[in-house]
Amino acid sequence: MNNYETVFILNPVLSDEQIKETVKKYEDFLVSRGAEMVAKEDWGLKKLAYPIQHKKSGFYHLFEFKAPGEVIEPLELEFRRDERMMRYLTVKLDKYAIEWAEKRRKRNKEKA
Amino acid sequence: MATSIEQQAKGKKDGEIRYLTPLNIETTKAKKYCRFKRSGIKYVDYKDPNFLMGFVNEQGKLLPRRLTGTSLKFQRKVATAVKRARHLALMPYVGDLLK
Repeated sequence: MNNYETVFILNPVLSDEQIKETVKKYEDFLVSRGAEMVAKEDWGLKKLAYPIQHKKSGFYHLFEFKAPGEVIEPLELEFRRDERMMRYLTVKLDKYAIEWAEKRRKRNKEKA
Repeated sequence: MATSIEQQAKGKKDGEIRYLTPLNIETTKAKKYCRFKRSGIKYVDYKDPNFLMGFVNEQGKLLPRRLTGTSLKFQRKVATAVKRARHLALMPYVGDLLK
């Protein structure tokens, strides 16, 4: 099991329900393949620094999870096939990154 | 050290510039340091564009180590973090008057 983190940007023209459905789909996808969700974050509608597919904003979501390495390839394949997905980035976390992620989560919690 | 006008004028020709009060120019520059090493940051987060903005110039280009003082180890991490942030449209690839 490795620690991963993935950020993806969803198309801004989607309705709230469609977004929830999409996020749920990927969460279930991960869990069904033996992944363990550590944290989920919804950054909401954010302005992009430059236009992607002629869109100026997008819905950002962050997943942090523990998973065996084999699930990443099918996950990204699924991302690529999905036209609701504008961008994604998956990063493997090293020990410093895990430490930082925990600290960040704690700080966000205090703020909220 | 205060010097009188006569002392300054010694050995100088007429018409050369002399100052009424001797100039006191500070020549020692502040020593550069790596902010990651100093404050004990071990991971450079690509999700924090505000922080990464400190490492690029107005056009969004990465600043050299020579200017920021970042150590080589962390300069590499900063570079990857900036590239990741750009991919996720958190930071622009090119800009005009970013700051």
